[in-house]
Formats: sequence, structure tokens, C-alpha cells
Amino acid sequence: MLRAIGLGLALFVFWLALSGHYTPLLLSFGVLSTALVVFISVRMGVVDGDGVPLPIAVRTVLYLPWLMKEVFVANVVVAKLVLDPKLPISPRMVVFRGSQDTDLGRALYANSITLTPGTITTGVRGQEFEIHALSAADLETDEQSQMDRRCSRVERG
Amino acid sequence: MEMVLEVLSWISICGGLFFMLVGTIGILRLPDVYTRLHAAGMTDTMGAGFLILGLCFQAISGMMHDHPSWWTVLVRLVLIYAFLLFTSPIATHALARAGLAGGVEPWTNERGEG
Repeated sequence: MLRAIGLGLALFVFWLALSGHYTPLLLSFGVLSTALVVFISVRMGVVDGDGVPLPIAVRTVLYLPWLMKEVFVANVVVAKLVLDPKLPISPRMVVFRGSQDTDLGRALYANSITLTPGTITTGVRGQEFEIHALSAADLETDEQSQMDRRCSRVERG
Repeated sequence: MEMVLEVLSWISICGGLFFMLVGTIGILRLPDVYTRLHAAGMTDTMGAGFLILGLCFQAISGMMHDHPSWWTVLVRLVLIYAFLLFTSPIATHALARAGLAGGVEPWTNERGEG
């Protein structure tokens, strides 16, 4: 029930932000469509920890600034590689181990890796993440284990 | 204040264009599909990111002067970037997997392995 209310609130705020029209008629349409979506979601049985992961969503937002910083740093590194006349790349496939337990946590970690230029997740098997890296320097294990820890923290709280 | 926002906005937009350009150069220079995906990722994250940040400054500047309703523009710009953050790694991942499934060997400059 709490989850359904949370979903409804989130959807209505989303609707308000996108609408930009605040007449009683349009607002009531917004309330109605939000209620309809929540009703259908409850009937479909998707309003559970996987479908509406509210605490995880909050922690994901808190994780984003750090991820953005990492993405920026990695972008500068890859930009330097690309603009170097000698193109000093050494691409390779490697396997990382992630410490996440749930599919959501693994998806978060895999997408974080892909989002950071220089590393792309090409496959996930259980806790093993297959990664294509642009150069050996991208595999600073320090950074990767930090990302792994932070993703696990988002997952578990 | 307007001046500060204008300068920040154009610095961001030029930064975004720079990363778009470098990403494009990367797509042209790098040797195979997997390495090119790395360069394409730059245009998605930093290129689009700085462009949208620059447009956000424009929206804030408009909001503070004669268009108070432009906060919805700001919200939409932030949402665009949020959706890009969720979808672009999935597209990259799908392309890389399709390449591997299709038997495209990753290019390497190391002898004797992989």
C-alpha cells in the first residue's frame, strides 16, 4: 500500500513537471490518469521491491554525482587517447567480479561500467562481468573496486 | 548575473561540442566496432551532458528574467539527460553483444594472446 502511494506521488510529480498547465480541469485529468496507472500496476502485480524500488531509487540519485565525476575523468582520458597522433590504445577483454546480489544491483554496476568511457560491459554471468577495455590504463582496479563497493551500497543501503 | 549565466552557458555548450567532435574523430580513427563504441560513449555522456547543462543555464537565465514558466524547460532538460543515462549504456551493451554474437573478433595490438 505504501509503495502504491509512493508510486502515485512520484508519477503525479512527474506529470506536474511535464504538464506546465495548472487549471483545475487539467489537474483533475492528471490525478485521474495517475490513479489509473497505479490501479493497473497494482493489478499487474508489478508494485513490489523490483518494480518500485523507492529506497534504491533515492540511493541511486545520491550515487549519481560520484558517477558523473568518474565519467568526466574517464572522458578526459579517452579524449586524450583519441587525439594522440600515435593512438596508444591496447584493447583487451577482461573479467571483473562484482559483489552485488540482486539483478538490479548487477544492472546498476554493469551500466555504470559501460557509461564510463574506456570500459564496456559485454556480458554478465552470475557475479562475473565481462568487460572490453580500450587500454590497460582504464583498468585501474582501485577505481573499479570503488565503483563495485558503491553499487553494492546502493543496492543494500 | 545574466552575464555570468550566459558565460557559463556558452562554456558548457562549447565543451559539449568539443566532446562531440572528439567522439566523432574517435569513431573515425579507432580500428574496430568495440573500440569505436568507447568513442561513441563520449558523445553520449559528456557531449550531450555539457550541451544540456549549457541549455539549463539558458533556461535558468530565462526563468530569472521574463519567462518564469521556464522551470518546466529546466525539468525536461534534466529528464532528457536522466533518460539518456539509462538508455545509452544499454544500447552500447547491446551493440557490443551483437558484435560478439556475430563472431567479430576484438581488434588487438598484442601478439600471442586474445
